Amino acid sequence: MDLAATILVDGLIYAGWLFIVSVGLTLVFGVLNILNIAHGSLYAIGAYAAASMVGAYFAWGGDAFPYGSYVAMIVAALLVALVLGPLLERGLLRFFYGRDEVLNVLVTYAVFLILEDVMKLIWGVNPYFVYEPYTLLGDVEMGPLFYVGYDFAVIAAAIIVGLAVWLSLNRTRMGKVVLAVIHDSEMSQTMGVNVQRIYLGAFMAGAFLAALGGALTAPMISVTPGLGVNVIIVAFAVVIIGGLGSIPGAAIGALMVGISRAASVHMLPEAELFIIYFVMAIVLLFRPEGLFAKTQARKI
Amino acid sequence: MRTNLMLSAVGAFVLLAAGAVLLPDWAMFLCAMALAKGLVSLGIVGMMRGGLVSFGQGLYYCLGAYTATLVAGQLGVSDIFLLTLLSAGVCLVVGALFGPLLAGYRGIFFAMLSLALSMVLYGTLAKLTVLGGTDGLNIGAPTFFGWDPEGRALQTALYLYVAVLVVVAGTLMRIYFDSEQGLITLATRDNELRVEYLGASVRTVMSYNYVFGAVLGGIGGTIAALALGHVDPEFAFWTTSGEFVFVAILAGYLSVPAVFVAAIILEMVRSFSNLYFPNTWQLALGIFLLIVIVVLPNGLGSLVRRRKGDAT
Repeated sequence: MDLAATILVDGLIYAGWLFIVSVGLTLVFGVLNILNIAHGSLYAIGAYAAASMVGAYFAWGGDAFPYGSYVAMIVAALLVALVLGPLLERGLLRFFYGRDEVLNVLVTYAVFLILEDVMKLIWGVNPYFVYEPYTLLGDVEMGPLFYVGYDFAVIAAAIIVGLAVWLSLNRTRMGKVVLAVIHDSEMSQTMGVNVQRIYLGAFMAGAFLAALGGALTAPMISVTPGLGVNVIIVAFAVVIIGGLGSIPGAAIGALMVGISRAASVHMLPEAELFIIYFVMAIVLLFRPEGLFAKTQARKI
Repeated sequence: MRTNLMLSAVGAFVLLAAGAVLLPDWAMFLCAMALAKGLVSLGIVGMMRGGLVSFGQGLYYCLGAYTATLVAGQLGVSDIFLLTLLSAGVCLVVGALFGPLLAGYRGIFFAMLSLALSMVLYGTLAKLTVLGGTDGLNIGAPTFFGWDPEGRALQTALYLYVAVLVVVAGTLMRIYFDSEQGLITLATRDNELRVEYLGASVRTVMSYNYVFGAVLGGIGGTIAALALGHVDPEFAFWTTSGEFVFVAILAGYLSVPAVFVAAIILEMVRSFSNLYFPNTWQLALGIFLLIVIVVLPNGLGSLVRRRKGDAT
């Protein structure tokens, strides 16, 4: 298989993962206007929760039906969203709506710092390994190379997540209400929309997507403290490239970052770590608000 | 005004210099580091007055630190004045390159773009084995015009040097803040478009603020490198930049001395919680930050009563 195809496959795998971790971030920003650094913590907590759940699943005789571990992972992500979503949104973030965007970044930065240590308190500092779900789907042979089937499952998961988010926003009544709130929350409120509930729902959805990203990643890596630190910055890059609040933007951003990183890994390994930010800087130079950003009138 | 400023500068220096006599070794090191980081945060405060927060000051902190380390290691220069000057020069050039570019961005985009730049440096340094990769590099102890102190004398000399830098930089920034450009920055915070309509160039002003921030970041990085004796790519990592923003928020944009007080508070909180609750110091820090944002939205500086005639 030639280099271009390898880069494409690697890039798609990475892009799928990127999309899952960043789509929640852009959704939360779109609705709540908060760039949530704690998204990285939710990702890490999702990974820990999934590691624990899958571990528990196999400890309680899950070997008879190992595919159930995938359900365990999704349940873990749901639990994280159900517990932390309302806690963070109702308990903290709602007091900062309408405040300065950058100030809100700092609020979520504080949450991020707090959650980093909370994770250490709950799960300790030793790594967790749950490799079972990763090996379950076997290998896929592509030319001379073998890919792990699970990696392709992540791409599939990304497509499902993307479609689900897009359909629920554009094809359901609730989704249209959410779009109305994104467009003008005050006006929606006067029209009888329960904006508070939409905010909570959007934040929980975002939290679920972050935790799902973590849960899907858990089998591929050793789950250790500090997991969220790198993820959040990469997700920021993706979301900023695509334009804050734009779901298709997140998909395009994820593809751009995924493929350019794969290209760099194969052709210029020294650049692997900064290529992401380099792409982001280039995009922002030409499109200061990202590729798919809404144009906004300046207020005098 | 000017006499007052000079008096406060002298007062601040006397206060800091007293520390050189009174503080035990560990506290002097801690204060020297805090003051060095305070210099970086002072640069952020300069931008914050115009409503911009840079999440990437680690770029200049790291650039300054590596410049000093490389010059010391490759060229054998150990004179602290020369090292500071060179690092500041390099940061001035890089800042002048990026400044006009970044000055067109606002709010979250400015924050994220500056962050991206610092992460580019982080990524480059982490991968460059010539420069030590993620392990970083060591830098020898500095000399002061040929004087080569050791032990407590070295610590004291370094501390006093930072103290002088802090007082000089603080005074200069105060003068700049109260100058025409500085006041335009403050006006931009309220309403950028109006400032433009009145004929001032917001972009130019923001570029200046950015360049000053870059130079201060470089100086802070140099001192930190010399105090630690070691530099690594973490200097440019976003969490390092986050701490600088933390200090700037804690201090607020109203007062210059508050920046250094805030830096010392942060360093104290960190050291003590590291000592007593090693696993939860970030938790303490996060709660502390939330409290500051809620209780003191304009930072510590707002506690000091503003004197008449000062910019509000």
